Amino acid sequence: MSGIGAALLNSLDIGLLLFIIAVGLNIVFGVLNIINFAHGALYMLGAYLAFTLINIAGMPFWAALILAPIGVAILAVIIDRVLLRFIYSRDVADSLLLTFAILLIINESVRMIWGSGIHVVQPPDLLSGSVQLLGSSVATYSLFVIVIGLLLLAGLWYLFNRTRVGRIMRAAALDRDMAEALCINTRLVVTGVFAFGAWLAAVGGVMAAPMRALDPGMGDKIIIESFIVVVIGGLGSFPGALLGAIILGLIHGFGGRYLPEVNLLLPFVGMALVLLFKPNGMMGKGANA
Amino acid sequence: MKTKVLMAILAVVIAGLIAVPWIASYFYVFIFTEILILGLFAASFNLIFGYTGMLSFGHAAFFGIGAYATALVLIHLEWPFLVCLLVSMGASALLALMIGFLSVRLNEVYFAMLTLAFGMMVFAIAYQWRSVTNGSDGLAGFTLGSFGLGLDLTLANPSVYYHVVLGIVAIAAIVLYLICRSSFGMILKAIRQNPERVSFAGLNVRTYRLVAFVIAGTFAGLAGGLIAPFLRVASPELLHWSMSAEPILMAILGGTGFFLGPFIGSAAFVLLETWITTYTESWMLVLGIILALMVIFFRKGLLGTAIDWWMEVKK
Repeated sequence: MSGIGAALLNSLDIGLLLFIIAVGLNIVFGVLNIINFAHGALYMLGAYLAFTLINIAGMPFWAALILAPIGVAILAVIIDRVLLRFIYSRDVADSLLLTFAILLIINESVRMIWGSGIHVVQPPDLLSGSVQLLGSSVATYSLFVIVIGLLLLAGLWYLFNRTRVGRIMRAAALDRDMAEALCINTRLVVTGVFAFGAWLAAVGGVMAAPMRALDPGMGDKIIIESFIVVVIGGLGSFPGALLGAIILGLIHGFGGRYLPEVNLLLPFVGMALVLLFKPNGMMGKGANA
Repeated sequence: MKTKVLMAILAVVIAGLIAVPWIASYFYVFIFTEILILGLFAASFNLIFGYTGMLSFGHAAFFGIGAYATALVLIHLEWPFLVCLLVSMGASALLALMIGFLSVRLNEVYFAMLTLAFGMMVFAIAYQWRSVTNGSDGLAGFTLGSFGLGLDLTLANPSVYYHVVLGIVAIAAIVLYLICRSSFGMILKAIRQNPERVSFAGLNVRTYRLVAFVIAGTFAGLAGGLIAPFLRVASPELLHWSMSAEPILMAILGGTGFFLGPFIGSAAFVLLETWITTYTESWMLVLGIILALMVIFFRKGLLGTAIDWWMEVKK
């Protein structure tokens, strides 16, 4: 019984972390209509910035959690204004190619700046212990990830459903020309949404840093996981991202414990099954070619 | 006039390619072998990207499977090389059928994500299935025996291997070209331009896209079968998405709107890589910057830009 409880909590922290990252991918897709291949690279950049702020500059974890995502968001504004602005009016293939190029550039830059070796970030003292829960001992940091994940989930829901900024984003996602006709500065919205997506990726990166070792391949792993999440849940769907992330979290949490030999393959099997029976994802619509 | 000039240029290029081992050092024999193999890989990719309009980020899966298939057959069965290549093509065709079946029915964005994800799935299998693939080290230590068809060729000699590659790539390129020129190829082009209209004309777009995907995968598998004896190893790197990036860049570099574009892109890519890696290890960074610049400013590629420029001058 205690094993199942621990696996459940483990699934929940992986799932909520994946949700934070995948929902950023989804929001950017919703408004800009592009899939940002560099989303995982921005997540990795958040983690590495946190490493530098904590281990090199000697800042506390909390400061890094605030500062690193802001830094990545600023970089995203630059990427948007310098590179992406050329391709918004073009075919969707061009945006895929360009964000793929940005992925290559960020990946190699990280390797040049921080090296190919593994880096480790310690969780803050307050969260480094473990507590007894559901009959087994659970790392306090996992609970912290779950709490932050739930807070962000509630915050995002409030943002999209109850605030003016959220309504503007939804309007721009539904029909950008119409939003423009209603005196919404869509260029600002586009840049803002891209930066917000990058901010979410980087928050995920900082949160993941104390749980996982930092290496230049971490961005690749997470972008593929995020793709699986949005394919399972349905591209552009907010509840879909949550559902997909929880399902993938469960696959990891239980698969890692009970089926370690095929652990790496299980997410793909899950994705293939969803594609066979619900090609548009559990909550998505209109993806047919 | 125009076709005559083109034919003359093509004839000179082919004569030059045949003569490479006699006029250049071994170093360039290796370089040109790589250009030809990767050119075929990029041309197979361009059948689905440039012609059909499907941007795949997982084409390395078929290339890598081809390489592993040839390596496995050489190690365990020691069959003639031609048979190895057929096995490679068969294996990649089968894999392309499975991945394609799940991916081609969705739109461009989904297709891009799915091909990347399934490509990495194949990579993960090759990485983990140690008993068959030897994990991260890859398969090495295989030797080429006979060629097949009763021909007596010493394939271990780089010059001989270069000529074999040249012959096979030339035949494969002609077959691919005939496919592109056929009515089937025309339908693929029409699908890129307007899938709705093709479907209103009574054609099953999904089937055509799947067939194109399988053909492209098969030829990528052939290229993979040729690369394994050349590199003397079949390793998981051949399956990684950074390998999928190469045909994308080659096709964009050369020009996706032309049949020979990917081959020219492959030549530019390999020569650039050889030259740049003597200065810096960060080849991927340069690759990313070139890709970004090509996409933003020279979307038609080197060949397309050159032709536009030539037309402008002639006016």
